Amino acid sequence: MLSHLGKDLRIEWRSREAINSMLFFALLVVVLFSMAFDPTRSTSREIAGGVLCVATLFASVSALNQAWAREIRHQVLDALRMTPADGAALFLGKVLANFLFVSIVQLVLGPIFFIFYNLHPLGDTWLLLAVVPLGTWALVSNGTFFAALSIRSRNRELLLPLILFPIFLPALLAMVDSVRTILTGDNSDPSFMWIKILAGYDILFTTVSLLLFDTVLEAE
Amino acid sequence: MKKLLILLGFLSVIALMAWGFYQAIYAAPTEGTMGDVQRIFYYHVPHGMLGYLFFSINFVASLLFLAWRREQPAKALVADAWALAGAEVGVVFCSVVLVTGPLWGRPVWGIWWTWDARLTTSLVLWLIYVSYLLLRRFAAGPQMQTLAAVLAVFGALDMPINYLANRLWRTQHPSPVFFAGDNGSIESHMLAAFGWNVLAWAVWGLTILAIRVHVERRQQSIDGSEAAAALAGD
Repeated sequence: MLSHLGKDLRIEWRSREAINSMLFFALLVVVLFSMAFDPTRSTSREIAGGVLCVATLFASVSALNQAWAREIRHQVLDALRMTPADGAALFLGKVLANFLFVSIVQLVLGPIFFIFYNLHPLGDTWLLLAVVPLGTWALVSNGTFFAALSIRSRNRELLLPLILFPIFLPALLAMVDSVRTILTGDNSDPSFMWIKILAGYDILFTTVSLLLFDTVLEAE
Repeated sequence: MKKLLILLGFLSVIALMAWGFYQAIYAAPTEGTMGDVQRIFYYHVPHGMLGYLFFSINFVASLLFLAWRREQPAKALVADAWALAGAEVGVVFCSVVLVTGPLWGRPVWGIWWTWDARLTTSLVLWLIYVSYLLLRRFAAGPQMQTLAAVLAVFGALDMPINYLANRLWRTQHPSPVFFAGDNGSIESHMLAAFGWNVLAWAVWGLTILAIRVHVERRQQSIDGSEAAAALAGD
């Protein structure tokens, strides 16, 4: 697993392809939304969480397709299938690498976001450090899985969002609602129910993905 | 003889559905507060229940496909036909639920749609199975069947959440009438109308399912002989 992770990180370090394109794309989405809604201070607290999530979602879909397309190009994937290593290790390595990329994008994007939307959070901002990684993990783990699944089909770039978005919807809802609660500080969710749902979603879907990844990898 | 039996079967399905219609629209008493709009309940709830049934057929068939695909490819193809038919009929039933729900919600709640847990998870369920059907359209060959079966497992994860949504959370969607302990109660004529409609739509859905499985099996044998012919032509 670590060697898969190391390989992906090294490729990314040398090309910086995924992070740059994701970053610019997410930035564009943020700018587009801020022009489309022209948010004031109070409305921006309401919608900021959603905009951040959707921007990350769109940006990572393009990068996730690239992550597997790179392996297809010189039949690397077939070579990986022939190694005695477990498919789950390959999957976990890919997820971790993508998780790092998306997190870096979010770290860079976060401050820009606060400036563009004049954000002034009223709730417990530190909780964002729990919510955002949990949501990102849900996105990346499912995204990596379904990118591997759709990469074999005819129009793979189109298929990934078609499958991923419905599956990711519950996590998106939980993430957006918990971010909004934190930013507006309205105490509507005192027992952190949305964060718990998000964590439960992560555990459930990552487990199923790990169990089924070998089947997807060996599908022919 | 076989044709006669099939014809009789079709006629009895139609008769059963007509009887269910009569029960729901004429025989069942008008509900006190909601009036005639409540009759949509005899369509909405049976379709929801049967939607679970067809998605469960899809789920079980997908698991069987995954189990059989290496050792018993012939049996796996049968399972795949059932999985496809289950998903298609399930999407139709789920669509009926999503259409009849707002038709009832508009006069009773005053709004067509609200984002509560039950409605949202139903919509997600529908979206997942539509994407399942799209995947089957886009990918090709036997690997598509494996990939679709994997996606079906993810779709099935949403089913228990959807079922429990108005039991776990306080939703705007009415709380369950059946299997709800002491809270649920229903007048006996209404129960009869409801039961007849469940039966009629179940028989109808299973008939369509059987026809769809039959068509898909034919398609599979055509595909198989085409592949064999192509190999022989080489």
